[in-house]
Amino acid sequence: MRHIISILMENEAGALSRVAGLFSARGYNIESLTVAATEDPSLSRMTLVTTGTDQIIEQITKQLNKLIDVVKLMDMCEGEHIEREMMMIKVRAEGSGREELKRLTDIFRGSIIDVTDALYTIEVTGTGDKLDAFIRAITATDIIEVVRSGVTGIARGERALRV
Amino acid sequence: MELTGAEIFVRSLEEQGIKHVFGYPGGAVLPIYDALDQQDKVEHILVRHEQAATHAADGYARATGRPGVVLVTSGPGATNAVTGIATAYMDSIPMVVFAGQVPTALIGNDAFQEVDNVGITRPCVKHNFLVKDVKDLASTIRKAFYVATTGRPGPVVVDIPKDVSQAKAEFHYPKRVKMRSYNPVTKGHPRQIKKAIDLMLSARRPMLYTGGGVVIGNASKQLVELTKLLGFPITNTLMGLGAYPATDRQFVGMLGMHGTYEANMSMHNCDVLIAIGARFDDRVTGNIEKFCPTAKIIHVDIDPASISKNVGVDIPIVGPVDQVLKEMLAQLKDSKAEPDAAALKTWWKQIEEWRATDCLKYSTDSEHIKPQAVVETLYKVTKGDAFVTSDVGQHQMFAAQFYKFDKPNRWINSGGLGTMGFGLPAAMGVQIAHPKSTVACITGEGSIQMCIQELSTCLQYGLPIKIINLNNGVLGMVRQWQEFFYQGRYAMSYMESLPDFVKLAEAYGHVGMQITKPEDVEGALKEAMKLKDRLVFMDFKIDPKENVYPMIPAGAGLNEMILV
Repeated sequence: MRHIISILMENEAGALSRVAGLFSARGYNIESLTVAATEDPSLSRMTLVTTGTDQIIEQITKQLNKLIDVVKLMDMCEGEHIEREMMMIKVRAEGSGREELKRLTDIFRGSIIDVTDALYTIEVTGTGDKLDAFIRAITATDIIEVVRSGVTGIARGERALRV
Repeated sequence: MELTGAEIFVRSLEEQGIKHVFGYPGGAVLPIYDALDQQDKVEHILVRHEQAATHAADGYARATGRPGVVLVTSGPGATNAVTGIATAYMDSIPMVVFAGQVPTALIGNDAFQEVDNVGITRPCVKHNFLVKDVKDLASTIRKAFYVATTGRPGPVVVDIPKDVSQAKAEFHYPKRVKMRSYNPVTKGHPRQIKKAIDLMLSARRPMLYTGGGVVIGNASKQLVELTKLLGFPITNTLMGLGAYPATDRQFVGMLGMHGTYEANMSMHNCDVLIAIGARFDDRVTGNIEKFCPTAKIIHVDIDPASISKNVGVDIPIVGPVDQVLKEMLAQLKDSKAEPDAAALKTWWKQIEEWRATDCLKYSTDSEHIKPQAVVETLYKVTKGDAFVTSDVGQHQMFAAQFYKFDKPNRWINSGGLGTMGFGLPAAMGVQIAHPKSTVACITGEGSIQMCIQELSTCLQYGLPIKIINLNNGVLGMVRQWQEFFYQGRYAMSYMESLPDFVKLAEAYGHVGMQITKPEDVEGALKEAMKLKDRLVFMDFKIDPKENVYPMIPAGAGLNEMILV
């Protein structure tokens, strides 16, 4: 099962490597990982996507909690949550393909953020599935470059991850 | 008044109540050594190799319950310490290791004697710090001791760059520490404890299985009281020996790969398993699929990550073992309920039948000295009251099986990491902590050579350790596995050109003895014990073919032991 784990941790040098090291040392999967400081600059928030059986996910959360730099964490998938990922994709856009690509971008509620005579750079935000679908909708040979932010997430309603 | 970082370091140790530091100097820690030299509150023990500094501090911690302290230089000083740090980490030993580091301006430049010590030690420490500003030094040292000694203990590394120990700051050692990201549990959940008691009282074939957590958690007294009150059989892991008196009838011996028949059969057949401060290590469980097939499991541990890691448990209790056991005792006494006496009687009858196989018996009609006999005689001669350290291999298992530990903190060995070379330096730490006590190091000719240079340290500090070298001329445990599982192809398990250990001991200024006949064992041990202020190296030439039994082969269950 896929889980999104959000972690509040001390914003200190080496904190990220403690998490990454834990995953490689214990053989856990990381599908994606994003990290940035929060509104409190002493805290970083990391979002980590991993897969595993319930038993493995339980071990992952326990082992993460054991890291001294980890202040608090939450498995987003234990409740309703919103997940988002941002993608920028550079695509060949020439001739009639140019108009087609613009329409496709609108359908996916994306936006074109850079233009040359032959290229569009498009920004799309959504769940991972939506970004996958957008990539599939474009002819593979037209794709020059894809960059994805990795998943971030937040719980719905009153549930919140804060100190 | 402002102090230098080096002075702050020394004052912090003093405030922390540290009496002994094990270490080895070098360029990056020279300012600290200079400051250590100008005071007399903290004694520094100079080892001959940094690995030994960590093992000595580790032995010190295991024998006292107080944190061991190490001081090494940057680069090779730090990397040499890693084996000892990992050893302490695997066995949850409180230890703080201070390492010098190149000046902050040079970090990352591949400077002379630079390694990324924080990076190298990260996977084998509870936590580590790099101090970049002298203003943070005292508070970081305070935090290091706090983290190392609370919760599930473990080693903490503090890297101190040379310019930090030379820079000046006001000294203030914080009395209390608060870390928002670290709050170890202090109390087990009373309702979970209630549930555990109900299950324990309903048991027909109960079994107590306790580990190193009871020793480190200082809960031996409560464990004995609870076990007596319930009348249940009890087994200890290799790390837990001594937490329950081995000479008591309710003790069924050590369990696991080289555990007793009665301990392993009781585990396999029990209906309620009460695991306390033990972590279901693979050397204990055997094949996990076949582990305790009929048991409901209660697990008391301070580390939530230990619970249901290897074996799923029915009633987890997260908390310090001493507190949880106290609460259990209080609840049990309040409830006035008692275990099912008739069922227990039947269960004990079965256990006594298993015990009657006398699985540890060994043949004595040989011209060779039997290693088991040496350990048994040592037990007799020391009246069971010595501190015993060991290295790793057959001799370690013989020591665990045949020296009956009645008190905790007496049996000191590398259980988790299995570090050869641990025994002698660990014995130094124990002897420094307990100068008047008998400290014996049971070792083999393979292991002892991994830290043999420490004989020199022993002379410098007058440490009268008694070294029991069970010399079979072969890496015994390796040879045993090769005999059983590699059709007797003894690849590299035989060492040629062994030194003359008697001469070697004498060259280091100690007393050497060689014992070759079974009838001389007791006399030699008695003679050695009389030499109260001398280190005695006893080289016992033992039966080279002796194996450790019983044994559970890899992949087998606890009920599938190889007996003699």
